[in-house]
Amino acid sequence: METTTGLSIEMVKAIAAAATIAIGAIAPAIAIGMIGSKGVESIGRNPESAGKVQTLAILAIAFAEAIAIYALVIALIVKFV
Amino acid sequence: MEISLAAEKIAHIGALPVTNSMLLSWIASIMLTIFAYLSTKQMSSIPQGIQNFFETVIELLFNTANSVLDDEEATKKYFPFVATLFIFIIANNWLGLIPGVGTIGIHEIKEGHEVLVPIFRAGTADLNTTLALAITTMIAVQVVGVAALGTFKYAKKFFNFKGPIDFFVGILELMSEFSKIISFSFRLFGNVFAGEVLLTVIAFLLPLIAPLPFFFLEIFVGFIQALVFTMLALVFIKGAIMEAH
Repeated sequence: METTTGLSIEMVKAIAAAATIAIGAIAPAIAIGMIGSKGVESIGRNPESAGKVQTLAILAIAFAEAIAIYALVIALIVKFV
Repeated sequence: MEISLAAEKIAHIGALPVTNSMLLSWIASIMLTIFAYLSTKQMSSIPQGIQNFFETVIELLFNTANSVLDDEEATKKYFPFVATLFIFIIANNWLGLIPGVGTIGIHEIKEGHEVLVPIFRAGTADLNTTLALAITTMIAVQVVGVAALGTFKYAKKFFNFKGPIDFFVGILELMSEFSKIISFSFRLFGNVFAGEVLLTVIAFLLPLIAPLPFFFLEIFVGFIQALVFTMLALVFIKGAIMEAH
């Protein structure tokens, strides 16, 4: 199989691991950017609510980042197991 | 450069295997116990030294918990659990950054070639630890909800027979309780383990100076992940003790 097709399992594993994290980090990055921009905008509009908005924003960013972490864990599993 | 997803076993106590991350989490627990003993040995009204330091930490955590829970009575009840979560997680995360963790090890022969089995590994870089923390936290949230509202009222949040949509939402909420366990454990594990892998790779490529900003990043990430775990636990506790709307 390896000599004829030229695509070994190691190559496919490497491509799969890289593609997983590359594609899986696009949506969380956009999400975190949107959360950050909305948070900053609402604090700018209403500085008194800064504490509450900050708490909510950090929470939402943690949830969004968790998705990127799932993708990273799958990539690591593919590469190293 | 050896990177292993699972923590490697380094010893056996009887029939129980001991992994390198277990060892470091024991060291963290012992260290925290010693600090707790030292800071409460001679408690004075005007705190000095180590008592002062830990009182600052406790005050900051209490204010954070209060700002999320919005109820001082409730905060006093649930504060010990969440504060323990925070201190344990941050101690484990930061202990994983000490030079020697991940590098001091035993040379073993595995599958023909020689690998280095590190004696120390960050406690939270093991999925078992984070899974245990997640399961404990979610069970605590359920217990808190039942204790605050009563079994019947709390169960009505999940098994809501007022209408078809409410029933579906209730079942969805029940399933999301389980998915929270997964998300808790994988978020913490992924962040700490990925940080370890990143440091290993950077040290492998450019040792000595280039890893410095990554160490700062890892210190920051360790703190943020402990904070996020604690705040999420607080938010779920708040959701559990809230009346159904």
